[in-house]
Amino acid sequence: METTNLSTEKKTNYLNADYSIKSWLLTTDHKRIGLLYLASITVFFLLGGIFAMLIRLELLTPAGDLVLADTYNKLFTMHGVVMIFLFLIPSVPAVLGNFLVPLMIGAKDLAMPKLNLASWYIFIVGAGFILYAILTGGLDTGWTFYTPYATTYSNTNVVSAALGVFITGFSSIFTGLNIIVTVHKMRAPGLTWRRLPLFIWAHYAASVIMVLGTPVLAITIVLVALERLFHFGIFDARLGGDPLLFQHLFWFYSHPAVYIMVLPGMGIISEIIACFARKRPFGYDFVAMSSIAIAVLGFLVWAHHMYVAGISTYAAMIFSLLTFFVAIPSAVKVFNWTATLYKGSITFASPLLYVFAYIGLFMVGGLTGVFLAAVGIDLHVTDTYFVVAHFHYVMVGASVTAFLAGMHFWWPKITGKMYPEFAAKISGLLVFCGFNLTFFPQFLLGYLGMPRRYHAYPPEFQVLNVLSTAGASILAIGFLLPMLYFAWSLRYGKDAGPNPFNAAGLEWQTASPPPTYNFEETPVVTWEAYNYDEIDSPQKGVEVAG
Amino acid sequence: MPDSTPAVHNLKHHFADLEQQKDSSTFAMWLFLVTEIMFFGGLFAAYLIYRLYYFNAWVAGSQTMEIKLGAINTAVLICSSLTMVLAVHSAKLGNRKLTSLFLILTLVLGFTFLGVKAVEYHGHWEHHEVPGANFHFEHEGNFDPNQVQIFFSLYFAMTGMHAFHMIIGGGLLLWLLISNLRGRFSTEYNTPVEMVGLYWHFVDLVWIYLFPLLYLISHHHNG
Amino acid sequence: MSAHAHPTVKTFFAVWITLLILTAVTVGVATLDLGPFNAVVALAIATTKALLVLLFFMELRYSSAMTKMVVVAALFFLCLLVGLTLSDYMTRGWSSYVNPFR
Ligand SMILES: [Cu+2]
Repeated sequence: METTNLSTEKKTNYLNADYSIKSWLLTTDHKRIGLLYLASITVFFLLGGIFAMLIRLELLTPAGDLVLADTYNKLFTMHGVVMIFLFLIPSVPAVLGNFLVPLMIGAKDLAMPKLNLASWYIFIVGAGFILYAILTGGLDTGWTFYTPYATTYSNTNVVSAALGVFITGFSSIFTGLNIIVTVHKMRAPGLTWRRLPLFIWAHYAASVIMVLGTPVLAITIVLVALERLFHFGIFDARLGGDPLLFQHLFWFYSHPAVYIMVLPGMGIISEIIACFARKRPFGYDFVAMSSIAIAVLGFLVWAHHMYVAGISTYAAMIFSLLTFFVAIPSAVKVFNWTATLYKGSITFASPLLYVFAYIGLFMVGGLTGVFLAAVGIDLHVTDTYFVVAHFHYVMVGASVTAFLAGMHFWWPKITGKMYPEFAAKISGLLVFCGFNLTFFPQFLLGYLGMPRRYHAYPPEFQVLNVLSTAGASILAIGFLLPMLYFAWSLRYGKDAGPNPFNAAGLEWQTASPPPTYNFEETPVVTWEAYNYDEIDSPQKGVEVAG
Repeated sequence: MPDSTPAVHNLKHHFADLEQQKDSSTFAMWLFLVTEIMFFGGLFAAYLIYRLYYFNAWVAGSQTMEIKLGAINTAVLICSSLTMVLAVHSAKLGNRKLTSLFLILTLVLGFTFLGVKAVEYHGHWEHHEVPGANFHFEHEGNFDPNQVQIFFSLYFAMTGMHAFHMIIGGGLLLWLLISNLRGRFSTEYNTPVEMVGLYWHFVDLVWIYLFPLLYLISHHHNG
Repeated sequence: MSAHAHPTVKTFFAVWITLLILTAVTVGVATLDLGPFNAVVALAIATTKALLVLLFFMELRYSSAMTKMVVVAALFFLCLLVGLTLSDYMTRGWSSYVNPFR
């Protein structure tokens, strides 16, 4: 149904309503704020990517010949800090979530538009502190800021970086808070909870984590700063403090933070699969509830990062068991996605290609997570490349692929233009192949015993490291390509029309790009979510605008 | 600013009506208080763990606290909660003068609290109880004085964070006062007063726990 | 949800007086030696005071079920934070290996 709608051409929308810089910097429109976030995180993604490439280049040869050991410590730290706090955490919720949540629930905006803008500024200020730390000599504590190294020994600018993480945390809290309130209070008439898109459920669950978890990270960072500045001793073993308490508090946030990065992406996957299989997702209720279950269970498992750190064996057993439980709702999602695809009328469009990549990579990432949950295996591979490969499969293989899938799927809605389909498929393939070539060898390396965070390694590990670096180069092209053709499509892309994929969901029932207040009239919802049967039935086509 | 149509003026474009707008603000404020609970929660967790591990040092540290000053401050905060609640009540009735009066009283009580706290901090400084190079603790008990330093670290972190919230609350009260004097609030629209009220009571709540934990519960044990 | 019942000024003053009395009581009890029960009594009184502030000053009593659930959920997650952390600290002594922290 490739209807190019000429009438949308002349209409004012959120993009052409005002072109001044001021109208962007002072906007309270959730769609514009989403784009402000998109621009910012793209910059930080490139920055983090540069650090990653330098790391991979250093590891091309066994000897530490490109950078000094100290520099290498800074490289992986800054790669981690930038990618996690400045890219992954805000990636899906603050860009696509920001843009789509009000559209999907038929609202004019998020419940607190000014707070939304403020949270972007807070993010930028926090990012400023982190960049300041990077520019003034870098940071070498690892993204985890472990004590006592971060509090007592590191000579780098820990306080500035920690302050930056603290501040960006509040940006994330306010985004989460805004999404929760919006979902509760701003739904269009008739849009009951069980009619909500699964994207909304996933964002709701991720927002709950942002609101409950991030403050604990904030106070932990305050204590680290107090310790470093005033020698408080709460985490300092020399003064009777317990460094493990830092790890407890830090991972109370940072394990659930993985779900802040993963859950919104899962929402994207559900939307895309439903659209391109032309089916209501199999087991809607289970998929929705599994998001909530992941959010809650995610808070019960944090000490699996501390098995070797000296926690009690009994606590380790409890946390190991609880960690296994998280696999259940995650598996529910994967099974239901594949069940949705089963006997669907599948269109092999590029967003779906990314989704397939996602499912494969998330399975590997998730299942190796189950390995690591077992204390025995974890003791063997802790702090090796096995762990590095595992969390990259989850946080890049799953989260970033989902983000790209979503960017493709909603790019026509955001800009009103189609991306070039062929290029999109090529880059999807490059991402999938490049990713596996980069990180699968790292599972082997880790299992063979190569520790993480060293700039040199024994020569017998070289073959696998070369493969990994080669894969990283392919992956980099796979990530750069979409940036190029998305930019290209702004000018040369075909007009998308309101609903190029003939998808269900309120966001597709308004113009592309949407007008400033999203809908000409507040929609009244009288149908169930994902009514693809009705949309596709020839007799009784549901009214789809455009 | 047209005073005659405050209801229309105060309705933001993306809400259907004032009720939806108010419900959203209230809900958001409670969610924010949830984040505050978790924020202080980290400190309470640390307090509990170290109290269990270093009980004797905790008793010794706790016994240096001035219960009298702590009790006075508790009373001051409770009174400020009353004046705050009365300010909200007057704002809802549209009584601008009483609202201002109670906001000022709340502000004065808040600063009284901070003043007393400053006196206490000064005492700790004089007695070398502030963690760091200056720290020095004489005792006869069977424990490492560094453990008392951890008590004081947590004492300063907890009361310091609390005082920081009080200062922010003071700023918010001042903003309310100015808005109220400018006639921003009416019987229809007084949400900001109510929201700051919720915040102020929450800060009071934290102190209600800090007072017994830091001053009272270890008072009678011998270290 | 619009037509909340609201507490009266009389209630506010009653709560205020109760809070002050409870403060006096908890200070008084602290001077007695009750052993471990000093902590129990003090925290019980603190929780009573907290509930009074929550229910009446913060009008939780008159709020929607959703708001009440939010507060309960926050306390639940707070218990998880404290409880699961303690599950480590309380069982460290059980192990046979030397615990460097202990
Ligand atoms: Cu984890």
